[in-house]
Amino acid sequence: MTLAPETTDLKVQLQLADGWFTVCDLSRLLPGRGVAALLPDGSQVALFRDRAGKLYAVDNRDPFGGAAVLSRGLIGSQQGRPFVASPLLKQRFDLESGQCLDDETVSIATYEVRAS
Amino acid sequence: MTATLGATPTIVLVGHGMVGQRFLEALAERGMTATHRVVVLCEEPRPAYDRVALTSYFSGKTPEDLSMTDMAFIEEHGIELYVGDPAETVDREAKRVTARSGQVFEYDTLVLATGSYPFVPPVPNKDAEGCFVYRTIEDLLAIEEYAKTRTTGAVVGGGLLGLEAAGALKGLGLTSHIVEFAPRLMPVQVDEGGGAALLRTIEEMGLSVHTGVGTQEIVVDSEGAVTGMKLSDGSELATDLVVFSAGVRPRDQLARDCGLTVGERGGITVDDQCRTVADPHVFAIGECALASDGRVYGLVAPGYEQAETAAATIAADETEQLSFTGADLSTKLKLLGVDVASFGDAHGTAEDCLDVVYSDSRSGLYKKLVIGRDGTLLGGILVGDAEAYGTLKAFTGSVPPVSPESLVLPAGAGESVQLGPTALPDDAIICSCNNVRKGTIRGAVTEHNCTTVPEVKKCTKAGTTCGSCVKVLGQLVTAELEASGVEVDKGLCGCFSQTREELYEIVLALRINTYQDLLDRYGRDGARGGDGCEICKPAVGSIIASLAPTIGADGYVLDGEQATLQDTNDHFLANLQKNGSYSVVPRIPGGEITPEGLIVIGEIARDFGLYTKITGGQRIDMFGARVEQLPLIWTRLVDAGFESGHAYGKSLRTVKSCVGQTWCRYGVQDSVRMAIDLELRYRGLRSPHKLKSAVSGCARECAEAQSKDFGIIATAAGWNLYVGGNGGATPRHADLLAQDLTDTELIKLIDRFLMFYIRTADRLERTSTWLERIPGGLDHVRDVVVEDSLGICEELESLMTDHVAHYADEWATTINDPEKLARFVSFVNAPDTPDPVVGFVPERDQIKPDLPLLSIGMRPAEDVLEGSAQR
Ligand code: SRM
Ligand SMILES: Cc1cc2nc3c(=O)[nH]c(=O)nc-3n(C[C@H](O)[C@H](O)[C@H](O)COP(=O)(O)OP(=O)(O)OC[C@H]3O[C@@H](n4cnc5c(N)ncnc54)[C@H](O)[C@@H]3O)c2cc1C
Ligand code: SF4
Ligand code: FES
Repeated sequence: MTLAPETTDLKVQLQLADGWFTVCDLSRLLPGRGVAALLPDGSQVALFRDRAGKLYAVDNRDPFGGAAVLSRGLIGSQQGRPFVASPLLKQRFDLESGQCLDDETVSIATYEVRAS
Repeated sequence: MTATLGATPTIVLVGHGMVGQRFLEALAERGMTATHRVVVLCEEPRPAYDRVALTSYFSGKTPEDLSMTDMAFIEEHGIELYVGDPAETVDREAKRVTARSGQVFEYDTLVLATGSYPFVPPVPNKDAEGCFVYRTIEDLLAIEEYAKTRTTGAVVGGGLLGLEAAGALKGLGLTSHIVEFAPRLMPVQVDEGGGAALLRTIEEMGLSVHTGVGTQEIVVDSEGAVTGMKLSDGSELATDLVVFSAGVRPRDQLARDCGLTVGERGGITVDDQCRTVADPHVFAIGECALASDGRVYGLVAPGYEQAETAAATIAADETEQLSFTGADLSTKLKLLGVDVASFGDAHGTAEDCLDVVYSDSRSGLYKKLVIGRDGTLLGGILVGDAEAYGTLKAFTGSVPPVSPESLVLPAGAGESVQLGPTALPDDAIICSCNNVRKGTIRGAVTEHNCTTVPEVKKCTKAGTTCGSCVKVLGQLVTAELEASGVEVDKGLCGCFSQTREELYEIVLALRINTYQDLLDRYGRDGARGGDGCEICKPAVGSIIASLAPTIGADGYVLDGEQATLQDTNDHFLANLQKNGSYSVVPRIPGGEITPEGLIVIGEIARDFGLYTKITGGQRIDMFGARVEQLPLIWTRLVDAGFESGHAYGKSLRTVKSCVGQTWCRYGVQDSVRMAIDLELRYRGLRSPHKLKSAVSGCARECAEAQSKDFGIIATAAGWNLYVGGNGGATPRHADLLAQDLTDTELIKLIDRFLMFYIRTADRLERTSTWLERIPGGLDHVRDVVVEDSLGICEELESLMTDHVAHYADEWATTINDPEKLARFVSFVNAPDTPDPVVGFVPERDQIKPDLPLLSIGMRPAEDVLEGSAQR
């Protein structure tokens, strides 16, 4: 993949309790796919970049199966709302609110994320 | 204890079989359970279950699945059900029934629904160890247990049930024989021509049929266990197990003992209202009853009608007067993968009727319609292809709107028409088991707002018994929905209104080679410019991959945009396991592997600590690889000459082989060589669903080719090609597409078949369901790929040639591409740190996922891993 020059220097950052945490170069995020990041406290975050370049960050754990795999799911949009489908049993989660779209009693944590 | 006659009148039902249960439902529907005490004596150790579907126990149904008795219903209606407590005597004078437990019940009305018992011919040693009948769940449990340590079984009787039983024995792994006294199989239902076609099909399935001979004696060993049977032609048949299926007899002993009238050949004599002729307080329904037309009915549908009649009579509802004066004997064989059906006056006994016959004994086809002088369809027999059964049965008794010939001719033979069920009149009976008419089914959609087949089944009961009407039911529901303006959206998903087939045509015709281009130009209004969804992305990714060389896309699924379309397994070129680890399956074409190959796999598995297992696809699966280990493992595999096995892709999985001619004394062709050739030819081919194949070296079929999407069986003259087989959840035997092909002819035909399937199938539609769905079915596919009726064969072949020429191993490509390799890490910001949730614990000298690690801070474990892996 060739990288668009203006994005090479940008970093993906997550808002944590004690400020912005730098994860990786923006170029590591393929539009339409995710990556996982390890946080200082040992928890895991799934980061995504959609087609329009917007970034999302949610907990990486699949709350149904327990495995830390949400970063490996396919993302999509439904009525303009972005979601990720778990690669395990395909439940979908709203990337902005963390709400599970297939089971209203379940939701996952979301994080503030930016490229700077 | 004596239950005294109180203020509420009492109905005692003896026998809780299928008909007994229906009788209870009919009473409840008429409000009778509220005004009456209802007592049920049930002999079997379990309440009523679906005897018609008994054999499905062997295909995985549990006794609980077969149950027809909803305990909530019994409780709600205050029914007293005594399980395992048969009635022993009836005192009609005192109106009293005594049960085996000693309980005594006084009745106002007694209903006998005691069913039948299997007839066992009085041959010597008929009760020896290893002799069985086929009637109850307990019979099946006993047969299953006994068969575990045996190899051969024989069924006495080649009727409908005998064939079912023989198929079940075969399914239990026994070499199976059928001994039938009559000169043909299913003598009651089919005529000579049908019998011949049926014989051919049954024998091809590997069952041995002995017609025209009787069983004279069961041969036993010194311990008294069956070892064989002596036949009337002087021969002896070695067998470890015998199942008698020589007809049934009404269970009328209880009735005889209390002086009720029974027929000469058995059956409790009743009138049009199912009341016994000897006693107005006693009724008999179901298989134990001799109806007023002088017949005992051995089918469930007439029994249900009798149950309704008796209930209505007992309820004495002035507005509803039912009577039972006779019924239809239409039947369809449910098992064995053979299509046999007969309906109406199948043997043409009416005066002046004529037969319309189509027969092709080579392919085991026989179809006969009996037509009255005025053109009325009176009945018929279908062997080999009973597709039209549901529609024809419903037309019986009326003049069909098209010529009878066109109804039996095969598609493509000029005249044939597909007579849809929409042409049926509203009063045509669609489900004969439950007596449901077309009008009722339409009403379920239009008045009761049912929108799916399961809803309609629940609402009308249609299709809930033998299941032979479900197909027509589905067609009617769809037609009705469409007619009432409910748009049946056939689009692939929320993003595309086109079907997969339409998208394929667009991609191919316009050479569209990116998903975004397709979405932005052909997506639904709201979806254009968006991110798509998890359904259309992999589906379109697969179309682009199968057409890659032709439309100018890169065939490598991790390239550019394609990487973002793949399901997680394709994206990591490995199968995701429940704890986030992956499995690794190298290709082992045809299942043939050298000792060196085995050693390499063994060493790699040992070095990386992987769990190893031989798969059902004749190869080796290594489980428990962490995502960052995948490139390291594959580098070693590729170095040793292995390549991706595509266990993760909707693409060719394995071509299984048997050892074949080279070693096997029966083999007639080199099945291993052919399996390897085919696996190498079609490897990497992306398709709507996975593709599986197998090649057997002779008709013994050790490679199970008939359960594959395309299966090949060697003949002395070449190869037979079977298509549309399936194991898995809904098994289907493959259909013979063409016979005695040369190597070149075989490959050409498979090329065409696969490309035609890839072009026209829906997403996640195996060849089996595709073949069942597409209009014209197998005949249409044969027309297209053998006769080239659409003139597309050349294109299909050239698409396959392109695929074969451009194949490259995905793993070899990946390990040589540093940018792609960078994706194989657990954490983008800590590439050397493994995912801490992925852990293992020991089991039987290997590893297994450490599940407690997954559930830390999680919901309770039983909620986990439910639901479907597919959407
Ligand atoms: C490994 C294996 C079981 C084993 O330990 O033997 C297996 C394992 C899986 N099978 Fe299978 N199947 C395996 C042979 C079979 C067979 C036997 C055969 O191929 O002869 C069948 C029945 C034959 C058939 O497909 O018609 C089979 C019918 C299925 C089905 C049902 C398909 C259907 O049409 O009903 C699924 C589900 C699906 O694909 O939708 C499935 C799905 C799966 C998946 C992919 C489920 C999943 O999504 O995780 C499993 C993943 C394996 C992995 O992680 O590596 N597997 N599966 C076998 C791998 C064979 C191979 O070498 O590639
Ligand atoms: C393998 C198999 C496949 C079949 N396939 C089909 C098919 O495809 N289509 C079709 O129409 N029909 C089929 N049939 C026939 C169908 O099952 C019967 O017609 C139907 O079960 C008859 O119902 P019934 O209630 O009259 O008898 P049953 O279902 O036999 O019930 C009678 C019950 O009464 C009990 N009983 C007997 N005596 C007493 C007593 N003294 N006290 C208490 N209880 C007693 C028996 O134990 C039994 O449980 C099949 C049958 C079998 C065995
Ligand atoms: S299918 Fe025939 S050739 Fe192949 S192993 Fe079995 S018996 Fe031998
Ligand atoms: S005809 Fe048997 S269930 Fe409908």
